[in-house]
Amino acid sequence: MSGFFSPFITKPASVSQIMLNVLLALVPGIILYVWFFGPAILVTLTLASITALATESLMLKLRNRPIAPFLKDNSALLTAWLLALSIPPLAPWWLVVVGTGFAISISKHLYGGLGSNPFNPAMVGYAVLIISFPAHMTHWLTPAGLAEIPLSFSDQLNYIFHSLLPGDIKIDAVTMATPLDTLKTQLHMNGQINAILNMPIYGYLAGRGSEWVAAGFLLGGIYLFAKNIISWHIPAAFLATLFITAGLFHLLDPARYAAPLFHWFSGAAMLGAFFILTDPVTSPTTPKGRLIFAFGAGLLTYLIRVYGGFPDGVAFATLLMNICVPLIDAWTQPAVFGKKEKS
Amino acid sequence: MRTLYQFHGGIHPPTDKTQSNQKPIAQSALPAKLVIPLHQHVGNSAKAVVETGERALKGQIIGRPEGHLSSAVHAPTSGTVAAIDLQPVAHPSGIPDLCITLIPDGLDEWALRDACEDWRALSHTDLRHRLRNAGVVGLGGAVFPSDMKLYAHKHKITTLVLNGAECEPYITCDDLLMRERAAEILQGAEIMRALLYADEVLIGIEDNKPEAINAMKAAVAAGGHARMEVIAVPTIYPGGGAKQLIRVLTGIEVAAGVRSTDLGVQCFNVGTAYSAWRAIRHGEPLISRIVTVTGNVDHPQNFETLIGTPVAELVAQAGALPGTTGYIMGGPMMGVLLPSDQAGVIKSTNCIIAASDKLFPPPKPVLPCIRCTRCADVCPAELQPQELYWFARAKNLTKAEDYHLFDCIECGACSYVCPSNIPLVQYYRFAKSEIWAQQAGKKAADAARERHEFRESRMEREKREKAEKLAAKEKAALAAAKEKAAVAHSPLPNPDKTTSHSTKLPNDGSQVAGYLPKGEGTNESLRELQVDDTIQLKIQAAIDHAKAQAAAIKPKNTGQLTPQQQAEIAEIEARRARIREIAKDATEEQPSK
Ligand code: SF4
Ligand code: SF4
Repeated sequence: MSGFFSPFITKPASVSQIMLNVLLALVPGIILYVWFFGPAILVTLTLASITALATESLMLKLRNRPIAPFLKDNSALLTAWLLALSIPPLAPWWLVVVGTGFAISISKHLYGGLGSNPFNPAMVGYAVLIISFPAHMTHWLTPAGLAEIPLSFSDQLNYIFHSLLPGDIKIDAVTMATPLDTLKTQLHMNGQINAILNMPIYGYLAGRGSEWVAAGFLLGGIYLFAKNIISWHIPAAFLATLFITAGLFHLLDPARYAAPLFHWFSGAAMLGAFFILTDPVTSPTTPKGRLIFAFGAGLLTYLIRVYGGFPDGVAFATLLMNICVPLIDAWTQPAVFGKKEKS
Repeated sequence: MRTLYQFHGGIHPPTDKTQSNQKPIAQSALPAKLVIPLHQHVGNSAKAVVETGERALKGQIIGRPEGHLSSAVHAPTSGTVAAIDLQPVAHPSGIPDLCITLIPDGLDEWALRDACEDWRALSHTDLRHRLRNAGVVGLGGAVFPSDMKLYAHKHKITTLVLNGAECEPYITCDDLLMRERAAEILQGAEIMRALLYADEVLIGIEDNKPEAINAMKAAVAAGGHARMEVIAVPTIYPGGGAKQLIRVLTGIEVAAGVRSTDLGVQCFNVGTAYSAWRAIRHGEPLISRIVTVTGNVDHPQNFETLIGTPVAELVAQAGALPGTTGYIMGGPMMGVLLPSDQAGVIKSTNCIIAASDKLFPPPKPVLPCIRCTRCADVCPAELQPQELYWFARAKNLTKAEDYHLFDCIECGACSYVCPSNIPLVQYYRFAKSEIWAQQAGKKAADAARERHEFRESRMEREKREKAEKLAAKEKAALAAAKEKAAVAHSPLPNPDKTTSHSTKLPNDGSQVAGYLPKGEGTNESLRELQVDDTIQLKIQAAIDHAKAQAAAIKPKNTGQLTPQQQAEIAEIEARRARIREIAKDATEEQPSK
């Protein structure tokens, strides 16, 4: 039986498809990730996915909601992937599980589930982890070719699940701080940008390897835009703000402030621009609102990166801007049909 | 080449028109009975002027227009009135309405037709009168009495827009009408242009109807119609909405609550123009229309159908197929599911779609809104449907109105694209009806308060009067006593020195409240009169206040509404009128003391 009320036809589009497309768009970045840093990330992604689906089911059951339609919406998977891509791949399994579990249960379902969470769940998960386990969050894998002791896949697995490394290798020997973090530390030690960027961990524009992963996310983002899944407002305004702010500082003192492209291809800038800040649930709905939101996020990201105490600024910038969304929406309601010139 | 404008949003659903537009218009067979609702148009229901058992001729008025905004209803063929009672009608509510059931006698015998060779010789008033008596209403779905839309001051309206866009999927009745009867549509348009003193006529047709466009263009040329242009407009839903078409053709945006005529444009459906021509030239009232029968039928086609033809009988002529689960009147975007297949075709029936599970699968499970704004992206009214949904759901009606709920034209584009399958329009319809209901409730409350205030003031007055009489007696006694002492005193205090509100009234009956001629003594009977005036004024003030309040919460726009809504509003209005009557009665009790 058809519905009782018009319209009787609907476009064959679903939340599940939208989310699936976003997951797909992450794939180029993930492939490059594996290429440069080895398959450990796949383990983290899988762990996060399983945790997310299990937590989602549990929470739906506790909240007395139908499980199947919500599990199929793919939104939990997306949260899991975004979180997994934000934390070091060589992390102990429980770190992934705790972060994902928190993201899904507390920051999504306690706020009312899909569509009702004010904060980006993946970024809440990330924030909780970096505040609770800061040490574990700094062990980023060294890109292939740079590591003194290359780890095999089984070595990586062994570390993830048993925190064991072969022989008496120290975790510090196979990991490093992120390129952003390294830059900050070096600048503190009165390094000069040019000299710092000549270190082997840096590549053409930013961190060796990670700059390519960022490029992969950029590619995925363009796909999302082409597929009409995201609008241009947030990525464009975010990247432009980041570029211009970084550019101004860089012009003022090129020795102490990295070039704008460095900021673009470092850390979670690309992931944030196309996949995190564009999360529809936690971003504004009006075009003007999106510009303001992304502008704020870009500025905050830069300031946190340069002056803050955390390795990257995207997560906290996102969360801070998430708070403002209802206000931004209320302030930026566009004029409706026929009422544009009216005062 | 004319520059066309765009409107925001819109969607491209499958058009599904080719099923029904391949064959010419067929004449629908005479049904066994005709069920003709007396209320098929916006405004007051027509009043039955025939009796059961009476024979009516084809084209004879069987329902007379009542009041200013109303339209006539006619016998679609000759036959006998079998019943005048409540019958299922083509309205989604399923509430039966007053209908005249006519059993055709097969003779198809016309009543006297008042044909007119040269309509230009008729006065405008006469033309409008003829249209009203011919029951000509907007056939594009609005069913607004056409005569009411054809008033204009000279040089006020520049453009008459003729709507042949037909943007809804499945529907092809206007397409076929334009292909086959273009010349007569244009003649009708000429009458309309004359009545409106309009300058140019723009005929908008979506570019997926090349045959219709060509036929109309040829007819414009052949008929020598000056300043009349057929314009192909892009195929996009809801490009056939009056506001959208006006925007595309002229660039003018008619905001909700604004009359398009105030901006120099009037818009009619092509079918209405055709009917107007038949009514004026041939004296044929609106007793039939073209209906697309499509969907789950063997041979979809357009039928020239008598008003009142039961839907089941009409569909049978297109070859009903098994698996039909219901009938949609109108298109799949804005149509309504009919409560009964026995309901008669009405003037707004442009299309009947036999629905099946295959064509219209059951609605998918609804998920929460993910704020993806696909709905806002397609909304032609440029609303934020996701916000409206939120407010409607939370029953936060004030907020919904703030976010322009009444600008929503219920086109359904938002529901169509929503990935969470939320029946958004349904929420808006609900919120609108809640607001109307509240207004009706508010009116009742106002009336109750008026009555209460009146009672209060009367009691107060009675108390005061008693006290005053007492005081007067005392004073009289005092005065009598003082008289003895030969000191003259006014029997009452000087009016402008007192705070008693009865004395703050003019005593000359001019009802200029708050102004008081000075230094004039009053006597008892005059004072009595003043007191009554006070109360009158108080009541008047209370009524005015209530009216002002009601006006303040009036929906910001009730211009662009579907017939059902208009009907609902009319119902509420009627209730309000009754409430006003009651309130008036209450105030009129007052002098009887
Ligand atoms: S299309 Fe549906 S899910 Fe998307 S914002 Fe609109 S109502 Fe919400
Ligand atoms: S139904 Fe109303 S809110 Fe939805 S798209 Fe149409 S006008 Fe906009």
